[in-house]
Amino acid sequence: MVEIEKPAPGEPLPILDGHSSPGRLERVLRAGQFAVTTEIAPPDAADAQAVFQRASRFDGWVDAINATDGSGANCHMSSVGVCALLTRKGYATVMQVSCRDRNRIAIQGDVLGAAAMGVTSILCLTGDGVQAGDQPNAKPVFDFDCMSLLRTVTSMRDQGEFLSGRALSNPPRVFVGAAANPFAPPLDYRPLRLKKKIDAGAQFVQTQYCFDIQRLKQYMTQVHDMGLTERCYILVGVGPLASARTAAWIRDNVPGVHIPDEIIRRLLAAHNPREEGIRICVEMIQAIREIEGVHGVHIMAYRQEERVSDIVRDSSVLEGRIPWHPGISQHSIH
Amino acid sequence: MYALRQWSVRNARVLEWLYEHFEGAMLVLHPLWLWMGYDRIEGPICATERRVKAALFDCRMCGHCVLSQTGMSCPMNCPKELRNGPCGGVRENGFCEVMPQMRCVWVDAWEGSRRMRDDSGIQCVQPPLAQDHRGRSSWLREVREKRDHRFFDTAD
Repeated sequence: MVEIEKPAPGEPLPILDGHSSPGRLERVLRAGQFAVTTEIAPPDAADAQAVFQRASRFDGWVDAINATDGSGANCHMSSVGVCALLTRKGYATVMQVSCRDRNRIAIQGDVLGAAAMGVTSILCLTGDGVQAGDQPNAKPVFDFDCMSLLRTVTSMRDQGEFLSGRALSNPPRVFVGAAANPFAPPLDYRPLRLKKKIDAGAQFVQTQYCFDIQRLKQYMTQVHDMGLTERCYILVGVGPLASARTAAWIRDNVPGVHIPDEIIRRLLAAHNPREEGIRICVEMIQAIREIEGVHGVHIMAYRQEERVSDIVRDSSVLEGRIPWHPGISQHSIH
Repeated sequence: MYALRQWSVRNARVLEWLYEHFEGAMLVLHPLWLWMGYDRIEGPICATERRVKAALFDCRMCGHCVLSQTGMSCPMNCPKELRNGPCGGVRENGFCEVMPQMRCVWVDAWEGSRRMRDDSGIQCVQPPLAQDHRGRSSWLREVREKRDHRFFDTAD
């Protein structure tokens, strides 16, 4: 059971002993509970209500909401903007930072600004190439890569200084995370890459979509044997596929997503593919929960965000726990 | 040239040996470089370095060579210029997500590093590139830094 005090929107909770951040995601993970995170679709609009309305779909079902940073190299509301709005309401956010669009000066500034607004978790990403998105003629920046970004954010927090060595009077108290893809080549290098990310400062990772439980198990065995599950919290990425056609399209066009034929066959044979996709996702979560060293799931329900609550409920991974959300009464939280 | 670049990865061990001896020779010649003036020789050495490494590795003259830690596969050929390992977008066949006709430089780097005598370098976390080193000789910078270190180490 985790003690979650009622957060005053925009005001940080106290930092518990041994914690790096005042965030609820870190509290849940450190308490040994199975965490659930999800991803909000940032609007293509200068509209705060759109953000609040999208976030409210997850109320009571997730421990933190990831704000994506131009995912797929498509232009949307920025992750800093989305987080600024969500923290006003008290939501626990994971701010994604991609190295594609900003240099080291901009990124370090954003980290400070975000932490000051109440962002307590930051996910350090390399970012998709610009060719993948709606503005392929943009200039790719990649001044940092995810590894040097992890190290920079960590040293801002722990050493209290910028990359240049200039001192910060108040360091950003953030829980630092990274992404991992256990399903892309070179497969035998992937566990070592996770180790490198942990060495660079990653305290939690969220993985790419998992549709192949066998491959995940092999990865987790290696990672566990290397002692990495003791040093880092691992949240496995999952998501519902809407149809066999979508699945085939993702497999062919979204690099790094591995979907076995068996999943596509199952969707093809289904009377209602959309519901079958949800069922596959729920089964996947239940199978993932049984794997040693996994600490949670990260649900990416692109264009099916309204189904996240069904997925979490059907998988029963929260075991009756209701994560904090705006409007919840204090004594019902555990 | 792509074919030669692939050859370099396949022969990472030979190149590792060559590099070690070359670096030794460059370090021994340090007094000569000092006498001639590092700034004065920057031009010609840099031009030579550019030609040799462009042929062997498709070198982009980032000014901070890490080939010995990346299996002799130059990470600056990655469209994202990743210096710390492959991104999550590597295709099932081991090719690049941005340039589908090119093998991922980090898939090559991983193979190359396993052929080398010292295969631990790939696990080092590389700092972000100092952008003001671009276009300058990595060889001379390396020799200078190593000599300075030696000088200070013995002085301690």
